[in-house]
This record gives sequence, C-alpha cells and structure tokens, in this order.
Amino acid sequence: MIKVQNIHKQFKTNKVLRDISIDFGAPGITSVLGPNGSGKTTLLKCILGLIIPNKGDILFDGVSIKNKHLYRNQIGHLPQIARFPENLTPTQIIHMIKDLRGNNTSEDKYIEMFNLKGELHKKMNTLSGGNKQKVNLLLTLMYDTPIIILDEPSTGLDPVALLNLKKELIWQRNQGKQIIVTTHIMPLVEEIADRIVFLLDGKIYYDGSLESLISQRKSKNLEHAIASILQNKAPIEVELENNLKINYA
Amino acid sequence: MLKIFKYSLLDMIRNRWIFSYMLFFLLITTGMVILNGHPTKVIISLTNIILALTPLVGLLFGVMYYYNSKEFIELLLTQPVSRRSVFSGIYFGLCTSLCLSLIVGIALPLVISGILTTATIKSFCILIAMGLALTIIFSLMAFLIALKFNNKIVGFGVALFAWFFFAILYDGVFLILLYIFKDYPLENMTLAMTLLNPVDLARIMVILNLDISAMMGYTGAVLQKLLGSQIGALLIVAALALWISVPYWRFLRLSKIKDF
Repeated sequence: MIKVQNIHKQFKTNKVLRDISIDFGAPGITSVLGPNGSGKTTLLKCILGLIIPNKGDILFDGVSIKNKHLYRNQIGHLPQIARFPENLTPTQIIHMIKDLRGNNTSEDKYIEMFNLKGELHKKMNTLSGGNKQKVNLLLTLMYDTPIIILDEPSTGLDPVALLNLKKELIWQRNQGKQIIVTTHIMPLVEEIADRIVFLLDGKIYYDGSLESLISQRKSKNLEHAIASILQNKAPIEVELENNLKINYA
Repeated sequence: MLKIFKYSLLDMIRNRWIFSYMLFFLLITTGMVILNGHPTKVIISLTNIILALTPLVGLLFGVMYYYNSKEFIELLLTQPVSRRSVFSGIYFGLCTSLCLSLIVGIALPLVISGILTTATIKSFCILIAMGLALTIIFSLMAFLIALKFNNKIVGFGVALFAWFFFAILYDGVFLILLYIFKDYPLENMTLAMTLLNPVDLARIMVILNLDISAMMGYTGAVLQKLLGSQIGALLIVAALALWISVPYWRFLRLSKIKDF
C-alpha cells in the first residue's frame, strides 16, 4: 500500500535520508531498525506527511501523498514522543480525536488492556511517562486502520503492558494488517517481525527476513547480527549489497 | 477546520490573559468616559492606546499561543486533517478571541454610558474596525514569526522587535528621511512609506474621519491633500486588505512546507 520511492531528506547540512526506497506491500510486521540518528523516525514522519522530503515521492495506494491528508484515515500512528495538550485529560483528548476522526472506535478494549481506568480523568501533565505512552498507544490503536505505524512503542512501558502490546500486535497482524514498528528492543523484534529493514546513516543496509539476516551475518541472534553490521560497517558494505542483490534476484 | 477553530476558541476564552486583556479595555474606556465625557476626546485617547497596544498584544499573544499549542498542532497533524485546516483553525481561534475582547472591552462602556452621538458613532466604528484590523494583521505576523523560528526565545525577540519597529522606530526613521530629503518633493515617498506600515494606516484612517488636522501629522496631510479624504480612506482599506491577505497566503504556504 505504501511505496517509498527514492526519498532524500536533509536538515540544513545534515543528510538524514539518502535515496531510500521501500515497498511496504504485503501485510505483516516490518521492523525498521538502526542506531540513533539513522533516520528511522524521519522516514516514518515522511510517510505521515509530517516531514516533507527534499526529493522522491511516497505513494499510498499508487497515489502520491503530497498535499493529501485523507489517506491518514487508513493509518494509526504512534509518535515517538507523546506530546499532548498539557491541561487536558485523556478523556477529553479521546473525545476530541473522536470528534475529528469519527466515532467508530474501540477505546474501551485498550483502556482495559493498559489498565488506564484510574488515569482517565487526570490532567496529561500529571501522568507518568509510562501512562502517557499508554494513552498514546490507545489513541493509535482505537481506530481500526489497515496500517499501523509505531515509533518506539515500548518506551516506558512496564513488563505487563509490553507483553499485552506484543500480543496485540500479533493479533493485529493476524487480522491482515500492515504494521511498521521501530524499536531498540531486539528480543521484541525477534519475536514479532516478519521483515527487517536496517537503516544506517540514512541508507538501507538490509531489507529482508530475520532468518536470512542472522544466517548472512553468521550470528547466533539478531543482536549479534546487528552488532556485526555496525562494527564492520565499511568493509562489509560491498558484500552486503551483493547479498541484497541475491536476495532480490 | 470549524472543529479545530471551535477547540482553539474554547481554549482561548478560558485563558485568563484574554480575560485580562478585555478587562483592561473595559477599565480604561470606563475611566475615560467618567473622567472626560466628551466622545471625540475619548475616541482620540483610545486611538493612541489601541494603536500601541493591539499590535503588541497581537504579536506577543500570537507567538506565545503558537508555542504553547505546538503539542496540540503536532497531534492534529497526524490525524486525517489538512494542514490548512489545522493552522487556519488555530489562527482564527486566537484572532477571534482577541477581537472579541477588544470589541467587548471598548464598546460596552461606550454604549452603556450613552455618550455616543450619531456624529461620533461612525468615528467610533472606524476606531474599532482599525483595532480589529491591527489585531488580525499582527497576530498573523506573530504566527509567521513563530512558524519561522523553532526557538521560543528567538521567536519572542523577533516579535518584540517587530512591534518596536512598526510602532516606534518606523516613525523615527521616517522623520529622519523627511528631514534629509526636505529639498525634494516627498509626496510620493510619504505615501508609499505610509502604506508600508499598518499602524500608520490605522492612525490616519481614524484621524481622517475625525477631521482634526492638528493631529493628522505630515503623512495624513499628504494623503488628504493628494487624494482627498474619501479616496484616501479607500486606499487605506485596500492597503490593509493587502496587509492581511499577503501574509495569510504566506502563512498557509509556510505551514505547508514546514517539517514537524
């Protein structure tokens, strides 16, 4: 559904994305990985139209997203840093979003899942970081959208919430949804990801399945595979590109 | 857009600064009516206050409001609403609440006291209209500044400077220019320079109508001499309309290409 075509993005002199092309075609969970500052969030924000790429285009169902907004009806987005109007309560925010986006929601399920009942009438600026993130998740998941984009969903979550989130993502995938997620928690990726996109310095270093990444890097798990890419960044670049060709061929 | 406008307006009306702003005008106008019963004199005193205050409040309030609603804007932008609706909605919310405070704060005491005669009612309406125009222009300018500068402190600094420039510095520079080029015919330059400052435009508009030549100043006199009161007034209205529409267009354009 989403097709990213040769996008470039530069902030002042800092080149964040260099010629990125990805086809998010099939349903399933795609995990976008990469060290801090590799361009993950920028890429996701480009897809949402929050950041406008300098070059290249992003197609949604074959149509460019430039200056469009209705396609966002099809996307649930979780921002990396939960930023809400501070003097509102979660209930008011939920109400506001519903007013803007329609009433076809299932917030009750997620209020229960993340145990938010007691927090609903407190002001946002009095909520803890973890609870803010839960409200953030609730606002993202309460709409039944075919595409879900999550930017570091695990930040600040307690183990129970994280477990519930994992179950929820797997359940959503089984509903045939497309989920794009960035995270730094490798075990989570190993458990849920169908496809891995590895970004480094604004370029795609790897795009393929988890198993082939691990076997290519001759590592015992994902963490080691990623570490080996990062440690041998320069010399392996060529080899990796060859592998990519093989992958695609 | 209407929904965002509604939220923004409700948010503003609950804001105690907006309330203080209205209260200030209420007190000032009431004071003037009690101390100085003559309607023309009240209007002239109010003109001076409005000309200085509405640009300042529009600018500072606008910048402050934009920076404070950044979270709200970012939340809205990920929803299926266009950038135009988000930014217009928020801007009109701010602008409408400022305009309402001005209207209520000034009109209420004057109407209740009943000192307005049929002759002065027109001048009074023009004064309010100019106050509204300045509010619209300068709060728009504030949003442009805030969109341009991500850093709050820089944004506030630029907004303060813009006020200082249009309300104070401009006239000074203008006078110096007039003095330097006093041997040349200056009518056209004067006219052009007047059109470039909305505060000047509003001042002349009010004074032209009151027909007090002593307060007209050089610019007002030139305008009246060259064009006559009526065409002069039309020109001022056209210039103010440009002062609103061009920055508004620029504002929409800027909000469209900004990264969040």
